[in-house]
Amino acid sequence: MLRFLFRRLVWLAITLLVVMSVSFFLMKNVPGGPFDGERKLDAQIEANIQKKYHLDWPLWRQFAHYVGPFNLDDERALLASGDGGLVLWRSELAEGEPTTAFGGVLAGDFGPSFRYKDFTVNDILAQSLPISMLLGVLSMMFAIALGVSAGIASALRPGSGIDLSLRLAATAGIALPNFVIASFLVIVLVFMLPLLPVAGWGTIRHMLLPGFCLGLVFAAYIARLTRTGMLETLSADYIRTAHAKGLSSRTVVMRHALKGGLLPVVSYLGPATAGILTGSLVIERIFFIPGTGSHFINAATNRDYTLAMGVTILFTVLVYVLNTVVDMAYTLLDPRIDLEDE
Amino acid sequence: MALQRVLRQFLPVLLLGAVLGAAVYATRGARLEPADFVFNNGTEVQTLDPATVTGVPEGRAIRMVYEGLLVSHPETLAPLPGMAERWEVSEDRLSYTFHLRRNALWSNGDTVDADDFMWSFERFLDPRTAAEYAYMLWYVTGARAFTTEVEDGRPRNSFDTVGIERLDRWTLRFQLEAPCPFFLELMAFYPMFPVCRRAIEDMQARFPDTWEKEWLRPENIVCNGPYTVKFRRVNDRIRFEKNPRYWDADSVAFETVDMLAAESYTTSLNLYLTGECHWIDVPPANVIQELRSREDFDPIPYLGTYFYRVNVTRAPMDDKRVRRALALTIPREDIVETITKAGQVPAYTLVPPGIAGYGGASMPRNATFEEDLAEARRLIEDAGYGPGGKEFPTVEIHYNTSDAHRDIAEVIADGWAKHLGIRAKLANQEWKVYLDTQSNLGYDVSRSAWIGDYADPNTFIDLFVTGGDNNKTGWGDPRYDALVQAANLEADPVKRFELMSEAEAVLMEELPILPIYYYVTQSTYSPRLGGYFANVKDEHFPKFWYWMDDEELAAKRASYPAENFERVKTSGPPKGLYPPADPRSRTDSKAGKRKVVRTTEGD
Repeated sequence: MLRFLFRRLVWLAITLLVVMSVSFFLMKNVPGGPFDGERKLDAQIEANIQKKYHLDWPLWRQFAHYVGPFNLDDERALLASGDGGLVLWRSELAEGEPTTAFGGVLAGDFGPSFRYKDFTVNDILAQSLPISMLLGVLSMMFAIALGVSAGIASALRPGSGIDLSLRLAATAGIALPNFVIASFLVIVLVFMLPLLPVAGWGTIRHMLLPGFCLGLVFAAYIARLTRTGMLETLSADYIRTAHAKGLSSRTVVMRHALKGGLLPVVSYLGPATAGILTGSLVIERIFFIPGTGSHFINAATNRDYTLAMGVTILFTVLVYVLNTVVDMAYTLLDPRIDLEDE
Repeated sequence: MALQRVLRQFLPVLLLGAVLGAAVYATRGARLEPADFVFNNGTEVQTLDPATVTGVPEGRAIRMVYEGLLVSHPETLAPLPGMAERWEVSEDRLSYTFHLRRNALWSNGDTVDADDFMWSFERFLDPRTAAEYAYMLWYVTGARAFTTEVEDGRPRNSFDTVGIERLDRWTLRFQLEAPCPFFLELMAFYPMFPVCRRAIEDMQARFPDTWEKEWLRPENIVCNGPYTVKFRRVNDRIRFEKNPRYWDADSVAFETVDMLAAESYTTSLNLYLTGECHWIDVPPANVIQELRSREDFDPIPYLGTYFYRVNVTRAPMDDKRVRRALALTIPREDIVETITKAGQVPAYTLVPPGIAGYGGASMPRNATFEEDLAEARRLIEDAGYGPGGKEFPTVEIHYNTSDAHRDIAEVIADGWAKHLGIRAKLANQEWKVYLDTQSNLGYDVSRSAWIGDYADPNTFIDLFVTGGDNNKTGWGDPRYDALVQAANLEADPVKRFELMSEAEAVLMEELPILPIYYYVTQSTYSPRLGGYFANVKDEHFPKFWYWMDDEELAAKRASYPAENFERVKTSGPPKGLYPPADPRSRTDSKAGKRKVVRTTEGD
């Protein structure tokens, strides 16, 4: 298990490095910059801004400064000569001048946001990530509860009316985009029956509608996976043995079949969680939720280089960690799988 | 396998703990009590630093917390005393002297004096601040050189070379290079607002690396405006709290104001309709038809024009006959009636109406649209295209991705095809790519718009001088440049506007731009909101806002014109909420309402 974790960690580092370099250079190659607006700026003012945000540096230096761990800022860094070049040691460090040797992602600093100038990327992620996670967990709990029970109900009586209607509902859930469902629910639950707040973030009542809409499509997938998994498990020999031993069918399903039947669902949870986190953009917009999903897109359109990089790195780590957790959960559910064999 | 057993037992507990922790953290701020007034600002503001800010939403936020030398009248936008209680203008209109009021305080208790202003203006012009709007102050002698002449990353000139002078602790004098008729208006423009020198220097000392963000945090920011910042969350809201040290605090009615950052127009409207928000600036286009009959939606002309830029460096658009033909064939009435629908007005000039005293010059037209079309066909033939001539190359209409721009482009392309036989194809680009293409003249015809910074034709006319940063058409005309130059040096306001009109006439004859329509304001607000006036800049001033009581609301409704004022449900307290200085202010109802708002918010 430890060797497995270590190996995963090494791969995470490699993945991150690749993701960082590719997205950094891709982004810098897209036309337009963070400070371009309807009003074109005077050349000197534009140069002043570029300088302030180090956009006048060659790309390699911007990248090295961004990744760290050495801070390459002209004013304060140990490695800067003060006139734009790099030196091995800052030669003429004035008396009492503060220096900042370390910086960049490797030092845990994602830099200042170019768009939201009052915040660092760290601030923004720290504010929005818990909100997205909470929303994600809520919709995931919802998706699992609904999906698994529907899947089991379907699998117990395949071909029955219940099975058919649940499968139909699941297909509809997959086919309907969540903003359609959201609009429909807003009309019914906010304007026709004033039960829930229309948008915003704060109390648990604010989370119900977005959580439901976000989870619905995943509930549908989970229902289908559960059904397939359960059908397969229910026909397995050990289930027949359990029945033969005289266990009640409730015990057989809940204690024996479910464990095996849920394996496909567990493997789906990793990608599903990633999907919920990155796919919450539309729901965040409709329900006016200050989560990370909207930064994922807005930072790119605003050319907020640092924020876009920060969100990308964060999501890479999250997806990677979640997949690892899922793999570990596998071994807990299925004794036939051993991580050391990988 | 011991690890596995441990995991099996603790993983669920860990997960549950993480979820609960996230829940507590993510819902902090939920215990903020509902604010007295909530409005949707449409997006997250870029910063609360007045010096480095641009944009309408940012301006709204800055005016909540800071006040400049002057403020604007909420309806006419004429300059009113702000931090300066009076001012004098010299005979030659080159020197402005402002006398500061002595009772103005920062929210930390310090006095606002001339030193704060001197320091703020120096900071604003300093190239290291990288202020986008720095050029707005270049009318002052030496200011341009101070910002643009950089040596070793520092300004080469000392600030003494700039024509801003501290005469004594309460007096400031500005020396201008040339008369600037809107200089007073400029002093009420948010980038000119001061910041608290001592507060920022404290932060510099305490946080040498991060002070640039630290001084703006809600717990550190020091303000001189009607409100201070209580709570801030990106893409959610800024909670403002009344600044008790504001010099005119007795005129401020609302104790707390929330400024939301909801970007979706539909969500914004939903919040408004459910009473969770009391003013929204733009409703979704598809409901405008229905809103127009209501009392809470009353569009008026807005200081902005929607037009197409033409790339005059490309054939055949380098021929002004072709440009005129294209301009004449745009079905403007169709566009405002079937697409924009909010009462926008077809445009035949660059400068929108609504600037008092400015006549302007419209592009010459015939009596009817039919005759316009006939003239356009003749012009295209004269230029050598059409039957018997060359084939007109396909024109590309370039716009930034948006349904409304696409619809307009389709109608125009259709008009050109039908009436002139010119094929036009549509090309949309994502916003920043679109800006890049436009600046590099990589287009044939490109959608554009301009919103005036101040109510003066110069803000529009100045765009198209030869080589101007925002010209972006490749067009230039010495006649135009000379007229603009002459107007800028002209002291007599009437003559100045005449010169500007002449310049506009040149532009409308040459047509490097094709005017399409003038904008209207689309603010939708609770009818109970008092102290709120529609104006050409759609600018609104928090210090004047209050809630009307039923009596005043009834009186307001009695004065409506007969049509298009269908009564709607109003949000806001039926008893009203008036500023302490107002005789209608009810101290009895306030006792219950005005509990000090305490939150459990840690930071």
